[in-house]
Amino acid sequence: MSTSMTDLRDRYLRHNKKFPHVWCPGCGNGIVMGSLLRAIHRTGLEKDEIVLLSGIGCSGRMPTYVDFNTLHTTHGRALTFATGIKLARPELSVIAVMGDGDATAIGGNHFIHAARRNLDLTAVIINNQIYGMTGGQYSPTTPSGSRAATATGGHIEHAFSIADLAVTAGAAFVARATVYHTALLDSLLEKAINKVGFAMVEILSNCHVQFGRRNQTPDPVTMMEGFRDHAVRAETLKDETLADDKFTIGVLTDREMPNYIEEYEKIRRKAKGER
Amino acid sequence: MTSKPAVRLLQGNEAVVYGALAAGCRFFAGYPITPASEIMELMAERLPAEGGTFIQMEDEIASMGAVVGASLAGVKSMTATSGPGFSLMQENLGFACAAEVPCVVVNVMRGGPSTGLPTSPAQGDVLQARWGTHGDHPIIVLALSSVADCFALTVTAFNLSERYRVPVILLSDEMVAHTRETFALPEPSGYEVVDRIVPNVPPEWYIPYENNSRGVPAMAAMGSGYRHHVTGLVHDPQGFPTQRPEEIDAFLRRLHRKITNGFAEIQLTRRFLLDDAELAVIAYGSVARSAQRAVTMAREQGIRAGLLQLHTLFPFPKTAATAVLRNCRAVLVPELNFGQISREVKRANSFPTEIVKLNRVDGEPLSPGEILAQLEAMEKGGGR
Repeated sequence: MSTSMTDLRDRYLRHNKKFPHVWCPGCGNGIVMGSLLRAIHRTGLEKDEIVLLSGIGCSGRMPTYVDFNTLHTTHGRALTFATGIKLARPELSVIAVMGDGDATAIGGNHFIHAARRNLDLTAVIINNQIYGMTGGQYSPTTPSGSRAATATGGHIEHAFSIADLAVTAGAAFVARATVYHTALLDSLLEKAINKVGFAMVEILSNCHVQFGRRNQTPDPVTMMEGFRDHAVRAETLKDETLADDKFTIGVLTDREMPNYIEEYEKIRRKAKGER
Repeated sequence: MTSKPAVRLLQGNEAVVYGALAAGCRFFAGYPITPASEIMELMAERLPAEGGTFIQMEDEIASMGAVVGASLAGVKSMTATSGPGFSLMQENLGFACAAEVPCVVVNVMRGGPSTGLPTSPAQGDVLQARWGTHGDHPIIVLALSSVADCFALTVTAFNLSERYRVPVILLSDEMVAHTRETFALPEPSGYEVVDRIVPNVPPEWYIPYENNSRGVPAMAAMGSGYRHHVTGLVHDPQGFPTQRPEEIDAFLRRLHRKITNGFAEIQLTRRFLLDDAELAVIAYGSVARSAQRAVTMAREQGIRAGLLQLHTLFPFPKTAATAVLRNCRAVLVPELNFGQISREVKRANSFPTEIVKLNRVDGEPLSPGEILAQLEAMEKGGGR
């Protein structure tokens, strides 16, 4: 089967769902969804084998549109539901799509523990540096000095690096891309889904409506150009330090470590008196 | 040849675990808290050998999320906690109500509010069990009073949860949880096990939230070929979010109708010496045991007393309570709170029957003597 967008649309979008979607024109979420579908298609997994779930926010609506086992959970809790699903049916590929506020503010505790636990889940975090759906309040990744609905005089807190957080918490696979670098994003998402262990892909995305308009980048093109101009391929980076306004993209961590499902299976065998 | 089942010395928390395993529970996610921890410790030990899964999560919010996730994937699931943890579980418990995900939550009550009284018996979470999560939702709440109850009602909790696709709360308390009694675990032929109804139509015909006559749609597990959408948003019969008033109304009415349809099966009570009683005690949980003893002692004095023990607290067993209220002169409702169930009894009372409260909130149990003294006072003050 070819991978033209028409074929992918026919295969993976829900035909019994009333479109249009909820996202604003030009939103990066659609690019992420397209990339995710291409990546899933490349893995060769059947639709029945995929669980796509989300938390709350603009990203939370993604599962509604796609023809997998889909679940739209509570705010910040997607990874907790994912944990239950994966443990109950390890044969399923479980992918949690979250936003920056969703995954690292209200869901921050679940995120670091999921990474530490190394259960075989894929976390896709769309980082638009703002709470979009609720009207542009600052999130844990809103840069210092930017403006938000709750920081009209400039934001005075410091931002998380989601990828660094995942690496430190022990994730087996960590990568970063942007909605400008879609070819890279396709391959990173494919690698993350195929990775056995906790895999996280952070995707910088444009919310020109809630973030851009308050911060001199009021349209998607300007924001995309920003991603283009400030991203540095991780593999090209040697020992030099990164300028403050730059960030790395690509695979940031890929390590082999015991994964939860295999380790628990050993506990089961032991409990049953098997060797 | 039948062998007599071995009699064992079990505490309430352990009997809950054996009841859950007997009912087919194969997933437990939890977070440590006194006086509920023995449940998760024994689950951690027993589930692997049963082919099940235990996981200790980072908090109670996560525990409840994992329980709902595992149930959506087709595995009977539970968690256990006490008041502070139960407060944290309310969010995802509400999700389970809205998305109709079967699961069982044990709350081994201790004194509250807040961190409260670790670890003394109390019954302060009764109305929280009913109304703890936001929005107008149906839920089933059962109360445990003995080791035998802990086994049997845990099986019942799973059965009701599976049959009605609704979370079931099991309210235990510190005294029930830690009291040890001899108990013979029944053989599998000694109890019924109910499994959720799964779809038998082709996937393209499956309507995940179908408004059928029972009000309980068939439930397909994730990965079973019936791909569909599950959300905590108000949804249409296909499971997709809706803002249409007629679909919202139909959804919420069905959620409640499925429980009201099952009242006869869900509202479980036990009558003790009530047939000729003039004075009745309505009690639940550990207090019901003191009440039974008090009633027996009152009978020895010639007081015609009886007991209605509530196994189900919500939906409140109005029919059984009404029968008692109609026939008795006065009803005593002893509780380890300020009267959370006595309000329900009062609401059910359309007779001139007097309703007397007896409340203890100091972390100590209500003794048979205290309940007897109240019955004696009611007997003397009688004839009105």
